[in-house]
Amino acid sequence: MLTWSQILGILPQQLVFGITLGTVYGLIAIGYTMVYGILFMINFAHGDIFMVGAYVGWAVLGALLASHAVPLNPVIVLPLMLVPAMAFTGAIGLALERLAYRPLYRRGATRLGPLISAIGASIFLQNGVMLVEGARERVYMTYAVFPRAWRFSVGGVSVSALVIVIACVAGLLMWGLHVIVQRTTLGRAIRAVAEDREMAAVMGVNVWRVVATTFFVGSALGGAAGVLVGFYYTQIDFFMGYSAGLKAFTAAVLGGIGNIRGAMLGGILLGVIESLATTFINPAFKDAVAFGVLILVLVFRPGGILGEALPDWKRI
Amino acid sequence: MTALLQLEQVVTYYGPMRALKGVSIEVASGEIVCLLGGNASGKSTTMKTILGIVRPHSGSVHFGGERIDGLPTQSVVERGISLVPEARRLFGRMTVWENLAMGAFSRRDRPPDEIEQDYERVYTLFPRVKERLAQLAGTLSGGEQQMVAIGRALMARPRLLLMDEPSMGLAPIFVDQVFDIIRAINGQGTTILVVEQNAAVALGVAHRGYVLQNGRIVMADRAATLLATDEIRRAYLGDEEDGAC
Amino acid sequence: MRWKRYAGWAAFASALALPAVVPNAYVMGVITRICLYSLLALGLNVVVGFAGLLDLGYVAFFGIGSYVYAALASPQFGLHLPFPLALLAAVLATAVSGLLIGAPTLRLRGDYLAIVTLGFGEITYILLINLDRPINITGGPSGIVSIDPPSLLGYALRTNGQYFYLFLLLMGTAVLLSRRLRDSRVGWAWQAIREDELAAQTMGINTTAAKLQAFAIGASFAGAGGCLLASWQRSVFPDNFLFTESVNILAMVILGGVGSLPGVILGATIIVALPEVFRDFALYRLFAFGLLLMVLMIFRPNGLLAFQGRREAEEEPPGEERAAPSGP
Repeated sequence: MLTWSQILGILPQQLVFGITLGTVYGLIAIGYTMVYGILFMINFAHGDIFMVGAYVGWAVLGALLASHAVPLNPVIVLPLMLVPAMAFTGAIGLALERLAYRPLYRRGATRLGPLISAIGASIFLQNGVMLVEGARERVYMTYAVFPRAWRFSVGGVSVSALVIVIACVAGLLMWGLHVIVQRTTLGRAIRAVAEDREMAAVMGVNVWRVVATTFFVGSALGGAAGVLVGFYYTQIDFFMGYSAGLKAFTAAVLGGIGNIRGAMLGGILLGVIESLATTFINPAFKDAVAFGVLILVLVFRPGGILGEALPDWKRI
Repeated sequence: MTALLQLEQVVTYYGPMRALKGVSIEVASGEIVCLLGGNASGKSTTMKTILGIVRPHSGSVHFGGERIDGLPTQSVVERGISLVPEARRLFGRMTVWENLAMGAFSRRDRPPDEIEQDYERVYTLFPRVKERLAQLAGTLSGGEQQMVAIGRALMARPRLLLMDEPSMGLAPIFVDQVFDIIRAINGQGTTILVVEQNAAVALGVAHRGYVLQNGRIVMADRAATLLATDEIRRAYLGDEEDGAC
Repeated sequence: MRWKRYAGWAAFASALALPAVVPNAYVMGVITRICLYSLLALGLNVVVGFAGLLDLGYVAFFGIGSYVYAALASPQFGLHLPFPLALLAAVLATAVSGLLIGAPTLRLRGDYLAIVTLGFGEITYILLINLDRPINITGGPSGIVSIDPPSLLGYALRTNGQYFYLFLLLMGTAVLLSRRLRDSRVGWAWQAIREDELAAQTMGINTTAAKLQAFAIGASFAGAGGCLLASWQRSVFPDNFLFTESVNILAMVILGGVGSLPGVILGATIIVALPEVFRDFALYRLFAFGLLLMVLMIFRPNGLLAFQGRREAEEEPPGEERAAPSGP
């Protein structure tokens, strides 16, 4: 058992890790929550889309490192990695929606159909990547871009530049999305479709195009998260989407499914909870923490923090 | 002169039931036409058919000379039809202003000044709406919501305004206000098709009326004539009994 | 429908002849596995097919049944209960766990229910792997070994043929039970719930009881399957009970036809046998599997031998109503 002073000693550090990881969870969670808000469907493959983003980023990084084409400055390298990753994952999201999910919804299929299809898509993506890139982990040369020396000491807490950049990028992306959703016509259309699909159509909104856009945006954000996580853990494998996906989904539910601000909040909260739990309880139960939280939330307050206590049947 | 809106022998199914059994309705430009009927008479299905939310099994719907049955809702709306739905159906989680903005969605490519004019028009018709712009639509009272719903529909500058039971759930004083507004909007040049159970008020404002019973048009005439007809008086004005059988 | 019943008995009878006909132990093993997974798929069919509850964590029951049997019939705790007793204990234990897992999910629907059950499945796996400290209950990652084989009246099963008959027996029992359940009062309740839970409630059906029963009964099938696995493999490991197993079993139910008994068995046969046939393509197997699931949902969302789900014929209206948003 740790003494109180020991606990207070590690706490700030763990909080920093927790919040950083949390912002990334939030990024992924947004994808789940947006799709659920519009289609009442859990896109099971979303976690694997995140994984694909990590791999695309890795491939770009490898090319940049090998070709020595650009200086290895994060300001240059990050956007060069993020843009293709986000574009590629966004495209996958679009393809999934159009080819695998939409035919099922137009048919009015039961809930089972899209869920099975999503599971199939998840397996498809996982193994597709495995076939292309192999089953072993791939390494992100994080320290080539973020030298270990780049650390700051803030009030006794040692924080690396990497962590700060990750949190900032994630935060920036989420803020950008927030602005789009709250301030633009497109954002209003998305919110309208999520709230009342039929009336949105009566307003002249092309509902399916909004659905497609939602998938694109959510997937792109997931892809960005993949790049960030790659840097953070320095190691990626084709299976990483599974646990990250479930945790991000938990974050979305925790914050209130369908609520974008909830996804961000839930992400950070889950990151912190997980960080504290692994420090003070038992690292082996890291994944169980997320599931435990999920089950508790769904049983006692399914609407999540920012949702209603007992949402109407339609949402759940 | 061809009518602005023309339904011809429309048969529509709602689930396994035949909700409309051969309905023919005409609305000429500049008119207010009311469609009367009780519950389960087929009024809502008529609205949904016009808007493309349901597709008719047979028959046709023409708007401005163009056939619109079979088109998706979004295309129908783009051609200039707007709806004030039953029970308002505002976007409760959006503000009043955002609801109005959604109303103008189909005109988002127009110059901003034009759209500003539409906002002003709505504020003039409904000063109370202007006061509550930043409020969440779900927190308004029934009467206020009705005003926002009408305003929202007007933001699209529709050629034809559909109104589904505007009086429902409103106190009588609000009902009168709403129908005064309907008259005012019509005076500004908008054609209106009102679906109503409250025949007295509807016929007081409309030029012509249809009576829908069990999916069929049983009566069609000028409003004044209908008001004077015995059957109408008995079925809709006087007895509390539900009009449809 | 009577011909179906006769066909079923005929199939069962011909199956009895298999050990004599089948050439080698390997094929016999595959057939035995088909029986095991048919049993599991039939159990999941009760939950998903009959009651319409999306359970993605079914493997948890499989694992619990296996480990309970392993605990009762191995050196782990020094207990060596006779097979029928251990089987009964495992079935009861899994039924109870079905109630425990089902109870919190009663208010949930659709995708939510699926995720929560998935969560329970994962938690079960994590428990199985980690409950070897401070007290060794599950044997941790190394599992439990040297499990007793099934024995009846002192005679332990040895040959492949004998195992096959045991598996076939339990599978056949499961088929009979399923059919009974489907036509029973709770079976009709399940069908009502599957189609429209709210309507079922207003009709006065005790949906809570019905759903719990579905979970418990479905789980007990898996419990029996767990016993079979443990006593056949003579060992159990946490890695026998990964999420992918839940997906596999679900795929068997979906592929064959949700709710259809012969369909489910067909699904189990295909999913167990196909990888054996395509051994050389092991790498591409999963990839193709994922693709298959997606394609299957588009073209045959109710499975190959789709169960119509309704007893009364219902006329489709000639008109169309757009259930989904109107759009290109």
